[in-house]
Amino acid sequence: MSAVITANGLSKHYKSSLALDNVSFQIAPGRIVGLIGPNGAGKTTALKAILGLTDFTGQLNVLGFDPRKQRDKLMGEVCFIADVAVLPRWIRVREVVDFVANVHQRFDRKKCEAFLARTKLTPDQRVKQMSKGMIVQLHLALVMAIDARLLILDEPTLGLDILYRKQFYQSLLEDYFDENKTIIVTTHQVEEVEHILTDLMFIRDGKIVLDADMDAIGERFIEVMVNSDNAAAARTLKPLDERQVFGKSIFLFDGVGRAQLEALGEIRRPSVSDLFVATMKGTYA
Amino acid sequence: MKTFYWLVKRELWEHRGGFFWAPVITGGVFLLLNLMGIITGEVMGGRHGFNVAFGGGQNNLHLLANALDKQSMDTVGAGLDMVMYSPTMIISMVLGFVVFFYCLGALYDDRRDRSLLFWKSLPISDTATVLSKVVAATIVAPFIAVVTGTLTGIVMLLMFAVTLSFHGVGVWHLLTLSHPLQVIANLLGSIPLYLLWALPTVGWLMLCSAWARSKPFLWAVVLPVATGIVLGWFKLIGTVDMSTAWYWRDVLARILFSVFPGGWFTQMQHIGGNNPAEMLSGLSVLNTYTVLASPNLWIGVAAAAAMLAGAVWFRRWRDDS
Repeated sequence: MSAVITANGLSKHYKSSLALDNVSFQIAPGRIVGLIGPNGAGKTTALKAILGLTDFTGQLNVLGFDPRKQRDKLMGEVCFIADVAVLPRWIRVREVVDFVANVHQRFDRKKCEAFLARTKLTPDQRVKQMSKGMIVQLHLALVMAIDARLLILDEPTLGLDILYRKQFYQSLLEDYFDENKTIIVTTHQVEEVEHILTDLMFIRDGKIVLDADMDAIGERFIEVMVNSDNAAAARTLKPLDERQVFGKSIFLFDGVGRAQLEALGEIRRPSVSDLFVATMKGTYA
Repeated sequence: MKTFYWLVKRELWEHRGGFFWAPVITGGVFLLLNLMGIITGEVMGGRHGFNVAFGGGQNNLHLLANALDKQSMDTVGAGLDMVMYSPTMIISMVLGFVVFFYCLGALYDDRRDRSLLFWKSLPISDTATVLSKVVAATIVAPFIAVVTGTLTGIVMLLMFAVTLSFHGVGVWHLLTLSHPLQVIANLLGSIPLYLLWALPTVGWLMLCSAWARSKPFLWAVVLPVATGIVLGWFKLIGTVDMSTAWYWRDVLARILFSVFPGGWFTQMQHIGGNNPAEMLSGLSVLNTYTVLASPNLWIGVAAAAAMLAGAVWFRRWRDDS
């Protein structure tokens, strides 16, 4: 199947900085991709480029469209939730549903109303009277009722409490995602998304430093808990990272043979956040 | 087309206060003030034994009505028409302010509060977005203003009629001297003219609104004023030998004040007349449309087209940052 997004040599300069530095990647359909990076690494810029919200140099093809020139057509097939609460404050639930229903071809009003029925939102409520969590519920109900091929989430759960956050990703998985859809999500709350991701992309200083699916990551990155007597031996294998827990050392290895590591101690799959911290070491230094 | 309809509707939802309530409240206040005036007249009149409001004795107004000759009948009719026009004129002033600030915020406010990201996530072209705002400002807003103005005018006329009838005047006879349909036709007919005349201001304000990273009001006002001052300064030191009056009148006023209805009268050959009736007929739609022959109007429209194209372009590339 052809890729949903193909990017080739994507660059974007702001006045003083380079937000994207010659980035190339492909995203296949039916994936949930986590785009993860420290603040200011270029995540939002990459998403904006994909959505046709910003200018850039290089080649970018999203669902067969050039986002720079065909944003309005592209948006018929792409949905987007930006880091919370971008719904206009004056609008009422009833109005926003009416509006989207009439301007969006692929919007299913019944579906949207069913999603809204599960919330406490009332038709006459205005966005400005809602809590952040409720705004995201409304936005999610709108977006999930659109039969889009690509959904882009930029920090969708920022500032929400744990109940809303759990519910957000659960709804996405249960009621929305299928093999024809692709989701790209950026977030700082890595622990919350890592079990739903199929692919992982790390971005740092405008460059993609890791781009792999979760299975490959499980093969490539291994964490070993090593007793202190084996620690020196482990260090010779050039670990990415080392930390101490209860008198033992935990080493994170990239591309070292499994059998070799098993000899050193107990091995396990690293969490995405540990991997992230190890990869991004020294970013703010 | 359906999308465009909903875009315009969206503007009405968002700006219900300016587009709908501002004219309605203005009309209401206008009626209230007039009512208070009438009551004051009646009370004072009752107290002092004569009628202040209508300047004559208690019961001889009907004599006046019967004695009107052709010309004074025309004058009375014109006076009544003026009564009907007056609320719309006041509301038009309010409309000017509403449209001015609407245009200034139209492509800026949603960038500031970031709801731009929501609007841009919908399959709507930037051209359609900008044009829907132009239509809201130059057709929908004046239409609502004219309708509320006309309704207020009719209520006013009735209010006077009822008051007069307390004094034994055959009011309905008087009212037949007025031309309400003609008044309504003139007001509605001026909407297309308003669209064409207001376009340069709408275009300029929307261009600033789409372009400014902050404080669009300052840019929109300071830039043309500063240009005028610089031109004046050049003239002062003698580098260019030309009058700057044309700049203030034909450029600055056109890009800042043309949203106030009636500006087109400045482009007409002669307004006025020997009596109110003649003057009013000078302002009728048939006469005002002679403005369509003035180059000023069409140069303004062409400049507006360019500025709106610029606004669309900036709308395309300016993001929320």
